Amino acid sequence: MDLPVLSNTASAALSGGGCSSGGCGTAPDALSHLPDPVRARVRDHPCYSEEAHHYFARMHVAVAPACNIQCNYCNRKYDCANESRPGVVSELLSPDQAIKKALAVAATIPQMTVLGIAGPGDPLANPERTFETFRQLSAKAPDIKLCVSTNGLNLPQYADEIARHNIDHVTITINCLDPEIGARIYPWIFWENRRIRGVEAAAILIEQQQKGLEMLTTRGVLVKVNSVLIPGVNDTHLQEVSRVVKAKGAFLHNVMPLIAEAEHGTYYGIMAQRSSTAVELQTLQDACAGDMAMMRHCRQCRADAVGMLGEDRGAEFALDKLDALNIDYDSAMRRRKEVREAIIEQLASQREAKVKIAETTNKREMRWSLAADAEQTAQVSAMPMPQTQTALRPVLMAVATTGHKLINQHFGHAREFLVYEASSAGVRFIGHRKAGLYCSGSEQCNDDDNASSAESTLEGTIAALSGCEVVLCSKIGYEPWKRLEQAGIQPNGEHAMEDIEAAVLSVYGEMMAAGKLANTAPTAVKAA
Amino acid sequence: MALSITDSCVNCWACVDVCPNQAVYQDAPGFAIDADKCTECMGEFAEAQCAAICPIECAIMDELGVPLNPLGSLSGIPLEKLLALHPHLEMA
Repeated sequence: MDLPVLSNTASAALSGGGCSSGGCGTAPDALSHLPDPVRARVRDHPCYSEEAHHYFARMHVAVAPACNIQCNYCNRKYDCANESRPGVVSELLSPDQAIKKALAVAATIPQMTVLGIAGPGDPLANPERTFETFRQLSAKAPDIKLCVSTNGLNLPQYADEIARHNIDHVTITINCLDPEIGARIYPWIFWENRRIRGVEAAAILIEQQQKGLEMLTTRGVLVKVNSVLIPGVNDTHLQEVSRVVKAKGAFLHNVMPLIAEAEHGTYYGIMAQRSSTAVELQTLQDACAGDMAMMRHCRQCRADAVGMLGEDRGAEFALDKLDALNIDYDSAMRRRKEVREAIIEQLASQREAKVKIAETTNKREMRWSLAADAEQTAQVSAMPMPQTQTALRPVLMAVATTGHKLINQHFGHAREFLVYEASSAGVRFIGHRKAGLYCSGSEQCNDDDNASSAESTLEGTIAALSGCEVVLCSKIGYEPWKRLEQAGIQPNGEHAMEDIEAAVLSVYGEMMAAGKLANTAPTAVKAA
Repeated sequence: MALSITDSCVNCWACVDVCPNQAVYQDAPGFAIDADKCTECMGEFAEAQCAAICPIECAIMDELGVPLNPLGSLSGIPLEKLLALHPHLEMA
């Protein structure tokens, strides 16, 4: 069975620019509407290009502790080394220390192409520390791209300085356009030497964010917008946010799930504000995708994360370990250049190969699809269904993987699952879902005995996989197998070490052959 | 007449950057205020700048030991919830 790998923005991807669908989803396909020069600027940026995040690494340096607003999902008091979420760091750095760390990481991880400043406070509430870090880094390691992530309050004031420092990627967190909604997200801001609260504060913040967004895009700075999906607060409003920020020139929108646990001590955590379900998040991302390129591979990393997205090697580069690293910077910089060029070349040839495959499969796909229609129609002909264009029912499948686009992870070891959608049109990456408990440091943080802890992890994982009908992994134990089946999710270990997309298609083909693709998904057998 | 910082300081530097008198200095476990330099921003700003940006409730005190940002005043979390979570705060 040959099916093309689909882009997130269904059409347009295959023509022109030599850039077609690829990787597991968002880019370059979702970015295919962008002009070539913009795509070239994000092709080695793991946080913007979904394709790049398989090959390139990023680091955040925590030089910006101060913040000028309060968000209801943030608590500045909480700092646990096992936590991985924005706003959390283990070690605050001075600009000099940040440069030392950045150079050590650049030499040790040659595929590190991006250095960002994202906190733990707001970078633009720490302008001296932030811009001093950028100034030194662009002098000492000019091949590293610079980016900054901000709440936007001080953005208009620093837009020119951002452009001057050659920071060509900025992320603004924009959760709303309506001050009434904003007042339920931001209790206060520090503005013109006063603490301002409520709707008045939200109105100022929103105005500055929008003004800052426009100023950056007119200066040629690439802007991504982050939004936190807060059910009951801004969930129905975010499509409007998506539409407006796109109109103002943002090139990518990243809607993220709220992280709210009582033990984090945040307002939302303590007030038991619920987070979005994976299905709600995906539904909103799909709804926004009509207006805007959506990012689906964000891992919501710490403000001092180091390495590939989804991994954090920060502990290897703690300040007290830096002196022990013996680094020959000149040869390291040469090596960086070689590694980077090799990856870009590899990506280009992969893209070319995919375009060729897509061209040849376009015809085959049509035949396959027609044949499938006929088969499906035959199977369901007894049912009162419209006979027009019966596309096969799409199926979500979760995959346990450590990378390399292979199904190569034991179910129980997976800390996150990649979710793919198979349909008669092909396979597309949908997003990732965190396994089980949010905090990864159960041996330190969890007082429960191990059995009940494992139990609640499995419960959490099954909940996180809701909507998926299949989970593909290299191996899986008997108990989780049984529990997944009860929840209506079919575990599958038959495709260990196989290519993810090929395996998803193969399983989809088996489901079709078994007549499982009638129009409604089977309902889960609820475990007692 | 001077403000002071309690041990609940989280070292976020925000007050250092906004103090018009450079009265805030790094100390352990948190930042501290030089009483000789602090003017409580009288005559300069309507609000003491450190207290206007500090994100931590009860971290900045006046001369009488009264917090400028009392419990619940910044987060909006109802007092009863905070006290239930942190019974030792009853005294604050």
